[in-house]
Amino acid sequence: MRTTRIGSGAGFAGDRFEPAEVLVRQAGLADLVLECLAERTIALGQQRRLADPEAGYDPRLLARFRRLLPPAAEHGVRVLTNMGAANPLAAGRATAALLGELGLDRTVAVVTGDDVLDRIDPRTPALEDGVPLADHGELVSANAYLGADAITPALGADVVLTGRVADPSLFLAPLADRLGWDLADPHPAAAGTLVGHLLECAGQLTGGYFADPGRKEVPGLADLGFPFADVGADGSAVFGKPDGTGGVVSRATVREQLLYEISDPTAYLTPDVELDLREVTVRETGPDRVAVRGAIGRTRPRQLKVSVGYRAGFRAEAEISYEGPNARERAGLAGEIVTARLPVPPRVQLSTSDTESRLRVAALTPDRETAEVLCHEVEALYTNGPAGGGGVRTSTTEVIGIVSALLDRERIEPAVTTFRPVR
Amino acid sequence: MILHDIAHCRAGDKGDTSILSLLPYRDEDFPLLVREVTAERVRAHLAGQLRGEVVRYVLPNLCALQFRCRHALDGGVTTSLALDTHGKGLSFRLLALPIGGL
Repeated sequence: MRTTRIGSGAGFAGDRFEPAEVLVRQAGLADLVLECLAERTIALGQQRRLADPEAGYDPRLLARFRRLLPPAAEHGVRVLTNMGAANPLAAGRATAALLGELGLDRTVAVVTGDDVLDRIDPRTPALEDGVPLADHGELVSANAYLGADAITPALGADVVLTGRVADPSLFLAPLADRLGWDLADPHPAAAGTLVGHLLECAGQLTGGYFADPGRKEVPGLADLGFPFADVGADGSAVFGKPDGTGGVVSRATVREQLLYEISDPTAYLTPDVELDLREVTVRETGPDRVAVRGAIGRTRPRQLKVSVGYRAGFRAEAEISYEGPNARERAGLAGEIVTARLPVPPRVQLSTSDTESRLRVAALTPDRETAEVLCHEVEALYTNGPAGGGGVRTSTTEVIGIVSALLDRERIEPAVTTFRPVR
Repeated sequence: MILHDIAHCRAGDKGDTSILSLLPYRDEDFPLLVREVTAERVRAHLAGQLRGEVVRYVLPNLCALQFRCRHALDGGVTTSLALDTHGKGLSFRLLALPIGGL
């Protein structure tokens, strides 16, 4: 039976760089996927793009690629990532320039079409609360979750960059390409989606985010290896990690990840399929080797989810500490003073240990000025509050909120643009 | 005995919904979890944070329980004022639940 090996080189934008290099150099991969686009990350990218038309893609893209693309070229590994974020074409141009600088003769394909801000009706009710999108605040972004069929036309390239696509679709597309699957068939689509779902958080499958000393021991977390899967044409998959790396792949780590962020295990919806996990089995087949099979698929949904970003105001956060006898009471008094002086009721929290109490005051305010008033009031406790306060930290950040809506898939037009290295 | 003695848990988030998966270390403890860790008990145990319904899924093939907890994340990760905006800590708050012959 034909099989292919696919690896996961990043599970979020802030992930470590090294494990992906280890996979590329040692694991004999056909494809490496880096998932770096959390739900709200694209809206923050849209904000940066508004300030600079060439910005908006993942800020770590070039640093990651500078280390990863030379070994990927050497070992013939195709790389797929959603690091294009809010500006995939600019990411493609930057990557082409990097390839030129590195002297690598590789092609880059960019998938676009997820940006649907110009075609989403602001009166559409949000899925979360039924309130029209526009009533949440000024809309700054609307990105549809594209599926594997949008990625397929890009797979002739060595590096594939996307904006918003469903995370498992980044894995399903290359698997279908290598194994000759028909994406319209729900059975392989479900199997590939299950593989993608398990791999998308990278180290969370190999023991990252799992350890609980004395109960769940994970060796070598400082040198955690990232996962790969050997996927067969029949959809069965065996998960593992590179030899000599830290972490563990076990029935327990795989089952934790299997259910992670699945709000309905009987019907997990992606652009590619409706996945039912009830018949899935997870079996250890060797050290750090776990076999998974049994995904059930039903026809993909007619509408795609759109993630809509809106201006939600400003978040102000400020903290101050009190130590020693009566610390909790002094911190509590400090919270009362700040609350009495603020125009909006803040969220007040005390974190108290035997010797110390830290007060945290936070609020979501309509404008930056009000947020700064909160921070100033906490700072003013130094000479206007209880005795012994110290260690004030304050921050004010603009908040881009996210709500969701549905859009008919016929209204979305994916496209692919190819770039050659630029010298 | 508390859940932490026999089971592990991971929290995931989707908007304002927290998703808690609960897995026994030993498969033979699964019936005990099914019997004792009902949606009602989870909701009561996490009442300080949960403001919506809790739906439980029983997955015998996987020896796992899944709880979908609505309105658990102070509006969701983008606008939440909580320190732990993703509600990651809910997994271990659930593991503090007392079980087995109260």
